[in-house]
Amino acid sequence: MAAAVAGWLRRAWGHDLAWSFRRSPVTILAAFLTLVCVGSALFAPWVAPHNPFDSATLNLSDGFTPPAWTDKGSPKYLLGTDDQGRDVLSTIMYGARISLGVGLAAVLFSATLGVSLGLLSGYLGGRLDAFIMRVADIQLSFPAILIALLIDGMTRIALPREVHNEIAIYVLVLAIGVSGWVQYARTVRGSTLVEKNKEYVQAARVIGRHPLAIMLRHVLPNVTGPVLVIATIHIATAIITEATLSFLGVGVPPTQPSLGTLVRIGNDFLISGEWWITVFPGMALVVLVLSVNLLGDWLRDALNPKLR
Amino acid sequence: MKLRILLAAALFAAAATTQAATLKWGAQNDILTLDPHSQNHATTNGIMQHTYEGLVRYTKDFAVEPCLATSWQLISPTHYRFTLRKGVKFQDGTPFTADDVVFSYNRILQPQGTMQIYVAGVKEMRKVDDHTVDMILAGPSPILLRNLVDFRIMSRAWSAKNKSENVQNYVAKEESFASRNANGTGPYLIKLWEPDKRLVMQANPNWWGKLDGNVTEVIYTPIKADATRIAALLSGDVDIVTDLPTQDVQRLRNDPKLKVLDGHEVRTIFIGLDQFSDELKYSSVKGKNPFKDIRVRKALNVSVDREAIKRVTMRGLSIPAAIMIAPGVHGHAPDIDKVSPADGEGARKLLAEAGYPNGFEFGLDCPNNRYVNDEEICQALVGMWARIGLKAKLNAQPMATFIQKIQKFDHDAYMLGWGVATFDGLYTLQSLVRTKTTGADGSFNLGRISDAKLDALIDALKTETDVKKRDGILREALVATRDNYYYVPLHHQLRPWAMKRNVTTVHKADDRPESRFARVD
Repeated sequence: MAAAVAGWLRRAWGHDLAWSFRRSPVTILAAFLTLVCVGSALFAPWVAPHNPFDSATLNLSDGFTPPAWTDKGSPKYLLGTDDQGRDVLSTIMYGARISLGVGLAAVLFSATLGVSLGLLSGYLGGRLDAFIMRVADIQLSFPAILIALLIDGMTRIALPREVHNEIAIYVLVLAIGVSGWVQYARTVRGSTLVEKNKEYVQAARVIGRHPLAIMLRHVLPNVTGPVLVIATIHIATAIITEATLSFLGVGVPPTQPSLGTLVRIGNDFLISGEWWITVFPGMALVVLVLSVNLLGDWLRDALNPKLR
Repeated sequence: MKLRILLAAALFAAAATTQAATLKWGAQNDILTLDPHSQNHATTNGIMQHTYEGLVRYTKDFAVEPCLATSWQLISPTHYRFTLRKGVKFQDGTPFTADDVVFSYNRILQPQGTMQIYVAGVKEMRKVDDHTVDMILAGPSPILLRNLVDFRIMSRAWSAKNKSENVQNYVAKEESFASRNANGTGPYLIKLWEPDKRLVMQANPNWWGKLDGNVTEVIYTPIKADATRIAALLSGDVDIVTDLPTQDVQRLRNDPKLKVLDGHEVRTIFIGLDQFSDELKYSSVKGKNPFKDIRVRKALNVSVDREAIKRVTMRGLSIPAAIMIAPGVHGHAPDIDKVSPADGEGARKLLAEAGYPNGFEFGLDCPNNRYVNDEEICQALVGMWARIGLKAKLNAQPMATFIQKIQKFDHDAYMLGWGVATFDGLYTLQSLVRTKTTGADGSFNLGRISDAKLDALIDALKTETDVKKRDGILREALVATRDNYYYVPLHHQLRPWAMKRNVTTVHKADDRPESRFARVD
């Protein structure tokens, strides 16, 4: 057993990807920062110094405490507190949880939708292909944020306020997800067009396998490489889209603030000098998005045979 | 030749003294309607006073002075005779007569409006001749003239022509010609109103009075976001900003290009509680209403740390409140408005005595764009109550949706602020504490409090003309309201305004800038 694990590790270490990873210090740093962000978000309830959503533990008298290293700071609150006396560091950790959760879920949704449509479009061709690709073209002519705003706006009108607040996060996932499927569909369709004329697909067809089975079992595994790259970069975009929507006040409700909501709330205090309420969530957002983006870039280059 | 030079010189002199100016005014909220009898809403009233006038108006220091009535006499203690101003024309050109006053009186009484308080105590309005009206009162009224300031006169002919004889039913989302167009007698004409965007007013060239200042055009822009509103002032896009975010006041004071006009507002911010329903709508307690228990109400009151709200949330710009009226309102006395420090332990004990040792859940409705830091205050309250075991579920909404919700009694607890247009405590007691009937009594008693003893005191206030005796009753009523914990008073607002150095105006405790007093040099 141990030998098997050791063997697997040795093979992984020797793999092309691992090799190019070891050679790029920027990527190692990015991976480390991503790990820190994801880790502190994932384990926020255990590692965060305070629980900012337990109103019974908040003390209004601690409001507007500056960061610990400044004159009026308190060691209790490393990055200071906001207007309600919430610890900024803890709100960032909890906020990153929402941001990452929404980002990942949106990417998953987007990828599932895009890959399915791309496969169908590429493999079946004909009118369906033309239809899906025209829809994709039309959607590409709008900025993604506009599509997300549109979907969010429609659900706001359609649903009563209380209901909308309950499901705001799911609506957001849907909105960001729908706004991003086109890239997946186009890429997968292209690869599918190439793959479907190869001998192994022809063979599968000759022995009478169901088209759906061919798409899933034979074509799909051979088009996942590019999808993975797009998905990694898309995570960063999705987090930014979520932050933008929340900054505009149409994203997650303030009762479950994401990083974007925190930046928006803190923005009110920027002119009056309480910079830490908005700057730290903003910095956290930049670090998170930048490191995920760098990872995505590296993955794209590493998987591109032409660059080897 | 000489004459020409003289003429030019005269013209030049005239131009120099009355140089027309535009005042760009930024505030937080838009008005709700242009119908002057529909919504008793401070922002709306603040714009209305520019275009619609009443029989009397306030001077800069809140004395009552003649406006559309030039004089009045008391024929008997319950019979006023008003002589109306002659030669006044509405903005559409129709002449102003006694018919319009009688018409407006009947209109403001319609139950779908919320402005009846301004003619409270008036039993009948009678036309004597074209320029005289008689007002018959239900009983002697010591504060009648102050009440009448916000009773604004509409043209009967214009309303009939435009099918606007009925007051707009705002809660039912009705629109009418009068809710979108204005036709008053006042100093300014409303040229344009694009809701939530801007409202443009122009000086009325046919106005009977004279502007104190030189402002001939007012552009009112509602800017909801605090930071944006302040940025607009700093960058010079607006000349004056009301509804200042508390956190920015200090910075504005330090800016050499700006000045801050300090002043308090006769407005008290409080939490109201449903004390009528048999079961709260959003509560974990079923089958009974915990707010009917005075111990629960007392616990809600004593657990609030008003000093912390003042220091942190309001940055010093509030006066912690124990009673429902602010300093400056007749009836306020410092000795009955003393706030004791928060007492969480005592509150917990009271809850246990009332049978809720583990607290309970209830809904808290809040506006998020109406009062200074309204949503932040509610969030702070949620924390303070959480510490005694009460879980308030906060629902913060824009004023327009919030006010419709609470006027339908669809709430457990709600935040509201009450400004006193008449500068007399009766106004607050009658609107907020008196048992609800149709009309002015209990018009905003949204918790549907009903206390026969207080009702009797409040009714006595309406007619008592012996000042000393009346002051005693007023004090008794205010203290009874406080000691029954019918409301949770939070604080009285301080409302500085910020403006460019070249703007001069008069700070008014009703927080309504009047453009006729403003100068831009």
